[in-house]
Amino acid sequence: MKSLSFYIHNLYQNQQWLDFILYLGLGLILTLSLMSVVALVLVYAERKIAAHFQCRLGPMRVGWHGTLQTVADALKLLLKEDLIPKAADRFLFALAPFLTVMAALLSLSVLPFSLSATLSNMNIGLLFLSAISGYGVLGILIGGWASNNKWSLLGAMRAGAQLISYELSMTLSLLSIVVLSGSLNLNEIIASQAQGWWIWRAHLVGFISFVIYIISSTAETNRTPFDMAEGESELTAGFHTEYSGMRFAFFFLSEYVNLFIVSAIGSILFLGGWMPLHIGEWESFNALMDFVPGPIWFLLKTGALIFLSMWFRWTFPRLRVDQLMRFEWKFLLPLGLINLFLSSIIALGGFYFFP
Amino acid sequence: MSQTIESFKLLLENAFSEPLTYLEASQLLTIKVQENQLFATLKTLKETLKFDALIDHAGVDWPNENKIELIYILFSTHHNQQIMVSADIDRNQPTPPSVSSLWAIAEWQEREVFDLLGVTYKNHPDLRRLFLEDNWVGSPLRKDYKDDFILERPW
Amino acid sequence: MVTLNDRISCHTPNQDGTTTQEYFINMGPQHPSTHGVLRLILKMDGETVNDIIPVLGYIHRGIEKKAEAVGYRQQVHLTDRLDYLCALMNNWAVSAAIEKALNLEVNDRIQTVRTIIAELQRIQSHQLWWGVFGMDLGAFTPFLYGFRDREKITEIFEKTMGARLTMNYFQPGGMMYDIHPDFVKDIKEFIKYFRPILKEYEDLFSGNIIVQERLKNVGIIDAQTALAYGATGPVLRASGMPLDLRKMQPYGAYSKVNFTVPVGTVGDSWDRYQVRIQEMYQSLLIIEQLIDNIPDGPHMTMKYAAKIKPPAGRYYTQMETARGIFGTFFVSDGNDRPYRMHFRTPNFNNLWSILKMAPGGRVADLVAILSSIDLVVPDMDR
Repeated sequence: MKSLSFYIHNLYQNQQWLDFILYLGLGLILTLSLMSVVALVLVYAERKIAAHFQCRLGPMRVGWHGTLQTVADALKLLLKEDLIPKAADRFLFALAPFLTVMAALLSLSVLPFSLSATLSNMNIGLLFLSAISGYGVLGILIGGWASNNKWSLLGAMRAGAQLISYELSMTLSLLSIVVLSGSLNLNEIIASQAQGWWIWRAHLVGFISFVIYIISSTAETNRTPFDMAEGESELTAGFHTEYSGMRFAFFFLSEYVNLFIVSAIGSILFLGGWMPLHIGEWESFNALMDFVPGPIWFLLKTGALIFLSMWFRWTFPRLRVDQLMRFEWKFLLPLGLINLFLSSIIALGGFYFFP
Repeated sequence: MSQTIESFKLLLENAFSEPLTYLEASQLLTIKVQENQLFATLKTLKETLKFDALIDHAGVDWPNENKIELIYILFSTHHNQQIMVSADIDRNQPTPPSVSSLWAIAEWQEREVFDLLGVTYKNHPDLRRLFLEDNWVGSPLRKDYKDDFILERPW
Repeated sequence: MVTLNDRISCHTPNQDGTTTQEYFINMGPQHPSTHGVLRLILKMDGETVNDIIPVLGYIHRGIEKKAEAVGYRQQVHLTDRLDYLCALMNNWAVSAAIEKALNLEVNDRIQTVRTIIAELQRIQSHQLWWGVFGMDLGAFTPFLYGFRDREKITEIFEKTMGARLTMNYFQPGGMMYDIHPDFVKDIKEFIKYFRPILKEYEDLFSGNIIVQERLKNVGIIDAQTALAYGATGPVLRASGMPLDLRKMQPYGAYSKVNFTVPVGTVGDSWDRYQVRIQEMYQSLLIIEQLIDNIPDGPHMTMKYAAKIKPPAGRYYTQMETARGIFGTFFVSDGNDRPYRMHFRTPNFNNLWSILKMAPGGRVADLVAILSSIDLVVPDMDR
């Protein structure tokens, strides 16, 4: 288990400060560029996927099949006039998008793309991730409040209530995997799935917690059918109604990066992360699968989950805010608790498939 | 349950104690009433003859005769019959009674007539301008209405 | 005089000494789900709507005043601009009013073609409503499905009429031009295409649990209240009152065809949704019965240039458009221009039932209700 982050840690231990700062800076640049690339690719993918769901072509003009469309849009947003409403709280208004982006950035830094390509291999990675995703709501709340617009405030309040509620069942579903794998370290969780992914290895428990995770992560990323905070037909645009230009782009960017992050966590916990697909005793098939490098596997699995989330978005209508809360507190949360209990029994008894 | 006009007229006349005046120059069956009889007539039509829908309410300005004619078009889902009630009111002091206590929709139809013809209804719950701004001067649908936007046409 | 400011500045202190308070929030004139420039001032307590004050007039064009300045033949062009989604039905209503005033009988061909086109337009209008309804509930995909299929009907119209939205096709005395040679073939193809698609609409949207949760028992109004509040059309029929002028006072070729009037039972948004979906099936049925035997004959029974001078008097004719009763009331003084023209528009009268439906619900419910009433704002403001 010799990964990049251990190397950095060693640098810190041996007081090689110059190298240490160099690596840290390099990591930061990598994460930042990863973030923008992820956002650009996902925005393009969403537009194309939506278009094909709706029997149309989507962006086709800028670049081959519109591939440069998102780049052009990003440039446009960069050059747009940055408006701050007269009655807004200027400091908080400017702060909110950065808080949101910061949350996304911090979560990206702990994701293991492969065993070695992990910027920071924390032993409490999962705890860190759930803490950060709770912190992301702060930007939305502050943004909605600082806009001094009643629709924005309504959106922010909805987002606050929704994110905090769905955080619970999301954490519960994560916990059942922690119980099964016996670790909070993301790389160790992946390693524990060498015999089979948790989605099927732990009987029904893994699958139920996967479903709970998918639902609550959709709510966590504020996407349809849980896009209460934006709800464009109800609240015009929710918490970012008053934002324009780059500040709006930051909200937009973090929304897509968050989508990537929750899908990545889903693939790490339930689908084996960078583990290649192995089927039982098929030795030659397994050997063939091993040729595909880890990051590719990771991105493929993450992409599949992202596609699922986009499929939801372009199929389902939006829930009402009280129905959303009822669903969480009266159905999802009890289910998550029961599931956690069952997973502890399975973990204690060792009743896995392929033990 | 549709009836012929004649049998319906009979039903109509039985419901009222006084004889009715019909307006001939009209396509629909039209009753002509005085302003002081307006509310009572409409009330009888609603409650005795089950005209449960006020389909339309409009006003017509007749400056030469110094009157505003109010038109009520009623529809009965029980008889599948329609009737028009016409009442002439004073043009300078148009204060007919509001019928919004009989049909809720009258509240807004009357607001429209107030807005465009300047008819101030008595006992109206919320008499405000409907389409035009609150500080608009004049009543556009009156024939002698003038403002800067109206073009004089050569024909 | 009472103004709007007096209505929204009234402040009700809390009786129980709590510190929460109601607030006013502007929904519109620029809001995605008011479909135009309708402005609703909502009195809200958190997310709950307690009171609604509709403010109209943002697209008031004085059509009734304009109508007094133009001849009878030109009235048709004004009615297109009322409810632009039922432009042809409005054309028909005003043409029929003038024909009645002139005691003019139009031939069977004109009646049949008018009926077919009116029913096509009813489908077209409901398609757009279905798409927008989906979008208001937060699903974007139905919007594009609805528009995709609406395009087919628009193309049929374009072939015959040369216009896509404001057609001005029906004239007093007949139609502007005869139907396109492909008219019958195109419509048959459309019916064959659209029947499975309508099933797909229901599979995509009606069966969805979220849709049902959002619509059932939301915005309930009973038939008598709806009638008193002026509602007609699908809004009233969803409450269980089978008031459909096509059945009750048949006009055009409706007396020759078999169809049923779909009615709801509860009067909630779900019933209004179902009534419109069923109406699309019924419209297809009506068109199918008429399309094979369009009688021969001229498409116009009047000279085009003739000045129309109805005898002095008061005239009222009404018709069932996709949204309810469209009435044309006019007073003639024997001239070639109406002395007074008044349009009884369905949307203006349908709007007010939200005052009974929405209070007590959430903002999201209000959006669903507004969409289930299917409002077209230019029709309200005139």
